[in-house]
Amino acid sequence: MYVAVKGGERAIENAHAWLAEERRGNTDIAELSIAQIREQLSLAVNRVMAEGSLYDLDLAALAIKQARGDLIEAIFLIRAYRTTLPRFGASEPVDTGIMACDRRISATFKDLPGGQVLGPTFDYTHRLLDFKLAADGEAPKALSRDAEPGNVLHVTEFLNREGLIEEAPHDDTPPPDLTRKPLEMPADRALRLQALTRADEGFTLGLAYSTQRGYGRNHAFVGELRIGSVPVEMYIPELGFAVEIGEVTLTECETVNQFIGSKTEPPQFTRGYGLVFGQTERKAISMALVDRALRWEELGEDNVGAPAQDAEFVLYHADNIQATGFLEHIKLPHYVDFQSELELVRKLRREAGAEQMREAVE
Amino acid sequence: MTEYNFAYLDEQTKRMIRRTILKGLAIPGYQVPFASREMPMPYGWGTGGVQVSAAVLTPKDTFKVIDQGADDTTNAVSIRTFFQRTAGVATTTSTSNATVIQTRHRIPEDALNEGQILVYQVPIPEPLRFLEPRESETRKMHSLEEYGLMHVKLYEDISRHGHIATSYAYPVKVEGRYVMDPSPIPKFDNPKLGGMAAIQLFGAGREQRIYALPPYTQVVSLDFEDHPFEASKADHPCGMCGATDSYLDELIIDDAGGRMFVCSDTDYCEVRQAAGHKGKDAA
Repeated sequence: MYVAVKGGERAIENAHAWLAEERRGNTDIAELSIAQIREQLSLAVNRVMAEGSLYDLDLAALAIKQARGDLIEAIFLIRAYRTTLPRFGASEPVDTGIMACDRRISATFKDLPGGQVLGPTFDYTHRLLDFKLAADGEAPKALSRDAEPGNVLHVTEFLNREGLIEEAPHDDTPPPDLTRKPLEMPADRALRLQALTRADEGFTLGLAYSTQRGYGRNHAFVGELRIGSVPVEMYIPELGFAVEIGEVTLTECETVNQFIGSKTEPPQFTRGYGLVFGQTERKAISMALVDRALRWEELGEDNVGAPAQDAEFVLYHADNIQATGFLEHIKLPHYVDFQSELELVRKLRREAGAEQMREAVE
Repeated sequence: MTEYNFAYLDEQTKRMIRRTILKGLAIPGYQVPFASREMPMPYGWGTGGVQVSAAVLTPKDTFKVIDQGADDTTNAVSIRTFFQRTAGVATTTSTSNATVIQTRHRIPEDALNEGQILVYQVPIPEPLRFLEPRESETRKMHSLEEYGLMHVKLYEDISRHGHIATSYAYPVKVEGRYVMDPSPIPKFDNPKLGGMAAIQLFGAGREQRIYALPPYTQVVSLDFEDHPFEASKADHPCGMCGATDSYLDELIIDDAGGRMFVCSDTDYCEVRQAAGHKGKDAA
């Protein structure tokens, strides 16, 4: 005899309890603290802040712990949290020209004012497993020296003086807000950049890579990559001036792209731009390449049909929270629809069978 | 959960959603863009429906949630619990006692009444999406009432298979104007869409669209004169309550592939069983 399946509620509760136990793992092993995650898995924390669109190291670390290290799940937790926060206003635009750089490199000039600063990079490490880390190691200590005083000029400024690179005209129009208005096409560059900065790192990387391999090639040089902290200021109407409310670490990438000119634009270098929360340079470089590819129209280039040139394709599929939700929803029951498909396929097969019989008889 | 506002969303957001709903009701079948929020459940799991429910629920409402017609499917349980926790509203499994019903993939068998609201969860609100993937194009097609592509698709189905090969999410035309996706309900449910006394609201969270059917709206399933629309279901009575007019789930009951059919609308089936109706598989 058939008994309808009941007790979804209990099953869910029990599943949650099991999940919590699995998250903790073997209790003979010390539990991870939020501070440990924040300090020792800082690049994971940075990614969660960037794609979660919320700059808070401790909350990002908490989300990573709660998500058992699944970064997209952690990003989701942060997004769901930030959406409930009240909005007091917007900060003044941050000035990356006054960034206190931990890292600043240019691939286009051997040396330049401000110098090349490698900073804490994996770039020239040999990727050999360091078994010393498996044992309790001592805390490594790096050399330090005082920062150079003064601002560090952007590399593109030097090119700009000669008129070799396209102007990036000053624009005071308030940018649209992706989180408060539905994304609609066509999207201007400010909106595209806003979507890209929170876009999935893997998706953005794949698209950027595709442009390098010829799907909308725009030959990018890393004009400059800088990572460091900038002050965030907010204008307070009661005071009549802006006050500093904190600091954020950002990664900024400006690419300098070859451009032979088009029907509308003279030969000059063009720009791609990436700006992302935290130390997230793979993402920032990818973002700059995709930004440049999406600019084909305003630069009068041909649309060669490459995925990275297609704003609708890129922007509607770059958000990993949307993507993972919709992908994973196919785990939900679909038996009503499946049942109607079953009936349809049975009917079509019945008729096809009858048709074959008739032909055989004839 | 006192730290969240009534029904989770803040009042500003609810106002924005209500405005969108009103616009949708004023232009039946038209997909109104709205600034969908990240919800604490994943996109694709009913975030559109949840936002619409959050915007229309009042503390006096009685809320029912069904998925595949059933109140006890896991995601229906999860959404019901969410509103119990964040809105503290009364919940029910009874179709007739509910004032707001959120559904995925079904319309209840019993006719709904004036004063009730049926909220659909919608995955892909655009009926033309699989014919034209670009949103910029499909919006143009709707504004120009350019639905030829859809008719060509249905015609090609008939010439290839002898039938329109769409069995769920079957497209409809609303008040002779907008072609609308009724969400992935089986086409068996399509005739219930038109002339319904209740308000029907459709929420697509990930796709950031809301659309609506006010009470007693004309809704016609697309078809051809020589191939009229046909609402179909498994040709069996319900094994539990014996109903012959309800949509059925097919269950596999033994290793030999033995099958039985039961109502997908669990409330409908239980009410009938309580009234003494008995199917051939009932104990």
